[in-house]
Amino acid sequence: MSSGGIIQVRDLRKIYRVGKVDVPALRGVDLEAQRGEFVAIVGPSGSGKSTLFHIIGGLTPPTSGTVRVADEDLAALTDAGRTKLRKRTVGFVFQKFNLLPNLTARDNIAVARYIAGAGKKPDPQFEEVLRLLKIDDRLDHKPNALSGGEQQRIAIARAIVNHPAILLADEPTGNLDTENSKAVLEILRDLNERLGQTILMITHNPEAAAYGHHTVHMRDGRIIERT
Amino acid sequence: MTTRLVVENIKHKPMRTLLSILLMGVPVTLILSLVGISEGLSADAQNRARGIGADVVVRGSTASAGLSYSGASISEKLVDKLQEQPHVKLAMGVIVHSIDFPALSMMGVDLPAFNAMSGGFTYQEGGPLQGPYDILIDRLYADQKKTHAGSTLRLLNQDWHVAGIIEGGKLARIVVTKATLQELDAATGKVSVIYVKLDDPANTDAVVRQLRELLPNFDVNSMEYYTSMFAVTNYGTVKVFTYVVIGIGVVIGFAVVCLSMYMAVLQRTREIGILKSLGASKTFILRIVLTEAALLGIGGTILGILMSYAACWAIRTFVPASFPMIIVHAWWPKALLITFLGAEMGAIYPGLSAASHDAIEALAYE
Ligand SMILES: Nc1ncnc2c1ncn2[C@@H]1O[C@H](COP(=O)(O)OP(=O)(O)OP(=O)(O)O)[C@@H](O)[C@H]1O
Ligand SMILES: [Mg+2]
Repeated sequence: MSSGGIIQVRDLRKIYRVGKVDVPALRGVDLEAQRGEFVAIVGPSGSGKSTLFHIIGGLTPPTSGTVRVADEDLAALTDAGRTKLRKRTVGFVFQKFNLLPNLTARDNIAVARYIAGAGKKPDPQFEEVLRLLKIDDRLDHKPNALSGGEQQRIAIARAIVNHPAILLADEPTGNLDTENSKAVLEILRDLNERLGQTILMITHNPEAAAYGHHTVHMRDGRIIERT
Repeated sequence: MTTRLVVENIKHKPMRTLLSILLMGVPVTLILSLVGISEGLSADAQNRARGIGADVVVRGSTASAGLSYSGASISEKLVDKLQEQPHVKLAMGVIVHSIDFPALSMMGVDLPAFNAMSGGFTYQEGGPLQGPYDILIDRLYADQKKTHAGSTLRLLNQDWHVAGIIEGGKLARIVVTKATLQELDAATGKVSVIYVKLDDPANTDAVVRQLRELLPNFDVNSMEYYTSMFAVTNYGTVKVFTYVVIGIGVVIGFAVVCLSMYMAVLQRTREIGILKSLGASKTFILRIVLTEAALLGIGGTILGILMSYAACWAIRTFVPASFPMIIVHAWWPKALLITFLGAEMGAIYPGLSAASHDAIEALAYE
């Protein structure tokens, strides 16, 4: 099984239990992404896109089905193993900005490096990324002093600072205007092409989806089409 | 980086932080004040006993060690008998009446004998005892009572004429004529304790041995041993009370931190989720919570120490004679350890619960 995609999802189901009500979020998803692929995921709200990301990143367990990420079966991993996976292999950009509110933008990025056990100084290439994201002069502000779009871009910078093999970006351009969206998407494409990072990106925007090699369409907890 | 995270968290909720620190500081102040008072009491008592200038102390054997030796049970004839023993230069009987346990007692002396033994009092105001109802009080007690030489002081249901204010540190804070106190206590011809001065302090051990043989029904000790009985460790009740307050301190530190950190963890589920998504381990999350608790504990200790200075100032200003409190630096690390233990124990549950939080529950919904 070690051959094949860096992400392999088989018959994945997830049922959230809210009080006494079962909410099925994923109803049997099969998905495979090759190393170095850039996949766009689209679908209506509530179709289970974010849930799929959270399971792939080992943040929440599936109800049934198997997930293999970078040749590791998530179900077989210990908690420490999943922690290590998030630390080394997977970078998240969440749908909501999800910066640590008490830390400056700079420290938000530094904390990711610290947790990954990286050194103090980010590499020059990363400085370039910060410039491209147009956040290099916003780094000493705390999130509440940043616009939604700036917070989004800080979150992207934080997700890629450790060069994860897989980047899971949940609507990374959701809060950005056309110009900034383009900058973010160019950076994602560049990371994908230059470093061979595998990128899964959720988006509602067809133009953004066009940056991916493929587009996966989801509806009601299933993948209905792959183009 | 951990420290940065923790410090920013602490700064972010200054009210919570201040309240936690204050609540933890209070027991620290209590502990330090209690220790300061008991150490102060014993140092004060030792100092005054040494100021008498005696080498040997004779008490009725019923008197319990150290503290309450009021109640005159020794016949004054014994004073004369002691006076005749070899090496004895001077024997002096004193009657003691406890006024305000444990620091304050009144002593009835024969002033010429006391002067001969100790070199006499230093008078800051007025002069020696003259009439039967003259009284000498020391500076601290005079301040506490706001009295001066020449005024009247009511004690033991009796009006006394303040003949003089003496410098503290010798014998007692309140001194009257022996015969008067004997009469008031219906103990004519009796004393509570006999102080003996020798020709040469080097003979102390020999004389103590010899007197014990001579007076098997009495408690004979060297002054050195006698004063050592005033040490804090011999104040049984004070010791127990200190342990009780230490226990309370640990429990309060525990409870305050447990509550405070638990609330903090609930408020920060999102942040914890973010950290986990970045690959933070359970240990990392636990460490953050424990570090924050440790900082709160240190803050609480520092505030407690500062407040103990305030308590010390208040006690010295308002009741200096009853509670001669001192600042005992040796207890600072102990207070820190006590608070630290309480805080860390209190943080374990919130920390573990934070560490095992489902990251996504926190992130999905605000
Ligand atoms: N933690 C949760 N507890 C309960 N139900 C949840 C939880 N997270 C998601 N759901 C439900 O699961 C379903 C799928 O949600 P999900 O967030 O994956 O959708 P989505 O495709 O990301 O939608 P959107 O485009 O609005 O972000 C929804 O019905 C949602 O209400
Ligand atoms: Mg979503």
